[in-house]
Amino acid sequence: MNPGKLLERLLHLIPVMLGVSAIVFVMMLATPGDPVNIMLGEQQATPEQRQALRKDMGLDLPAPQRFVHFLQNAAVGNFGMSYFHRRPVIEVILERLPATIELTAASLFIGLVLAVPLGVLAAVRKNSWMDRLATVGSLLGISMPGFWFGLLLMLLFGVWMQVLPISGRSDLASQVPVVTQFLTVDALLAWNFTVLGSALRHLAMPALTLGLPMAAVLMRVTRASMLEVLQQDYVTFARAKGLTRRRVLFTHALKNALIPTVTMAALEVGSLLGGSMIVETVFGWPGLGRVVVESIFTRNYPLIQAAILLYALTYVLVNFMADLLYTQLNPRVRL
Amino acid sequence: MKGESPLRLSWRRMRDDRFAMAAAGLVLLFVLAALFAPWISPQDPNDSDLLRRLQPPGWMEGGEWAFPLGCDALGRDLLSRIIHGTRISIFIGAAVVLIATVLGIVTGLLSGYLGGWVDSLISRVVDILLAFPYLLFAIGLMAMMGPGLENIIIALAYKEWVIPCRLVRGETLALREVEYVEAARAVGATGGYIMLREILPNILSPVIVVSTIRMAHVIILEASLSFLGIGVQPPTASWGSLVADGRSFIWDAWWISTFSGLAILLLVLAINVASQGLRDAFDPRLQ
Repeated sequence: MNPGKLLERLLHLIPVMLGVSAIVFVMMLATPGDPVNIMLGEQQATPEQRQALRKDMGLDLPAPQRFVHFLQNAAVGNFGMSYFHRRPVIEVILERLPATIELTAASLFIGLVLAVPLGVLAAVRKNSWMDRLATVGSLLGISMPGFWFGLLLMLLFGVWMQVLPISGRSDLASQVPVVTQFLTVDALLAWNFTVLGSALRHLAMPALTLGLPMAAVLMRVTRASMLEVLQQDYVTFARAKGLTRRRVLFTHALKNALIPTVTMAALEVGSLLGGSMIVETVFGWPGLGRVVVESIFTRNYPLIQAAILLYALTYVLVNFMADLLYTQLNPRVRL
Repeated sequence: MKGESPLRLSWRRMRDDRFAMAAAGLVLLFVLAALFAPWISPQDPNDSDLLRRLQPPGWMEGGEWAFPLGCDALGRDLLSRIIHGTRISIFIGAAVVLIATVLGIVTGLLSGYLGGWVDSLISRVVDILLAFPYLLFAIGLMAMMGPGLENIIIALAYKEWVIPCRLVRGETLALREVEYVEAARAVGATGGYIMLREILPNILSPVIVVSTIRMAHVIILEASLSFLGIGVQPPTASWGSLVADGRSFIWDAWWISTFSGLAILLLVLAINVASQGLRDAFDPRLQ
């Protein structure tokens, strides 16, 4: 893709991002309750102090002007103060984000690593018991509520077998220096396998809860597109040329078959971001999702607003990157 | 098969799919359970008795068959609460999908048939709404509106309509130029007449198929919101909140979360299988 086209695509993102920001802004504008009262909580304040605080927070301005301020501030990462934490929202987000990224990355990894080979296998051995198992598995995957699946894993591995911890990130985190804030990476960098083991054991159940249903969806897509690709003339030709089965499958067919999988994986990131809130709540994972859910009950609106905006923009960008990846997988696709 | 109407043909295809028919039967059972919940529940779902606190299912030691699936932390009968929870799930699923489908049909028809600025406007709104992960959007709206049955329906319908809208828009675009629509236009039919009488009947079957598939999705979303505590509020029994209630007692009362979640899985699975059968029978193009 040439730089001009790339720029054009990037420019197309602007109205969507503005629209997303507008919706998040309106959501919070329409929230019942006076933000000044929520911010003050139990504290007593004179009407003058309230008025000063209102002015300070920009609440005395008309809505369009407030929206412009909101955009200007959001652009530099200023989302105001977290009512509950009494610190800037961005600080709380940056503190919690690594745990969420670590969890979603691990889930995405599980999803793709399982889905692609199983999807190919199910397509190659169509109508075999493997294929049927894959179909049943994927049906279960899309039908199972994530929070319940998490609880079942907890019951099995945490309560009955007692082989995995049921809550939290790791109690050994303080034993390794903080470099990337991703505990698994930091433990690896410090070459500390005790901490790495503990981090992975804590990560296992939440990541499986998010990753397995995703694997089910992606496997179905990979299977369907692989079946379609395997019937194409160029695959028959590659076979006729005498190439090995493995070479035909993995060099010729898979590359094209993966295009719908990439699209779906990008779309599924949306489910991962939403699902992470549930899974973090179930497993007490100290990520951003959990703090957002807690914020609903403490009416900590600036944090909810910032997190929703951040998640939505991430989702838009991930889908944009998936578009770019198409061109790498199949140069015939022009954007 | 000669002379058979497309509808009859589709119905026959559906009937031959035994797997889908069994799933449809299960969905029907859930619907009946929802309708007749007060009559078929063995106990009053809100009748608590702390002497029965966390009482195990009937077949386990300490359990009794009057409370077949055991009791929750307040000593309420779990089976009765699950049966009453069916009402919430099915009602919310059906209401959201119905509202979203009607809204999606109207906007999709207008967008696809009129084109121009109407299409641009609706398409931009759809693009922006699609940029939000669904659950996240619903959580944001629920945080704003507060919990409650009506609010859940509104929160989910706000985004759900874009799915039928996109489908209807695409189908309308394809049908706008076909001969029978042009013929109607040539004899002076109005835009409204063409959209409702010529186009809509011909795109209804994929819309219905997609709506049934979406219902499963909506049921999971409602359960997720209730699980987080921002959906249906106690003492009303909702499957999501039943699972959440059981979470604190997972060490000594596994049955609460397990059976409540199993109900969600069974209904959603049945809807998914039945709707796939419906899709294969009524609209093979969507496969």
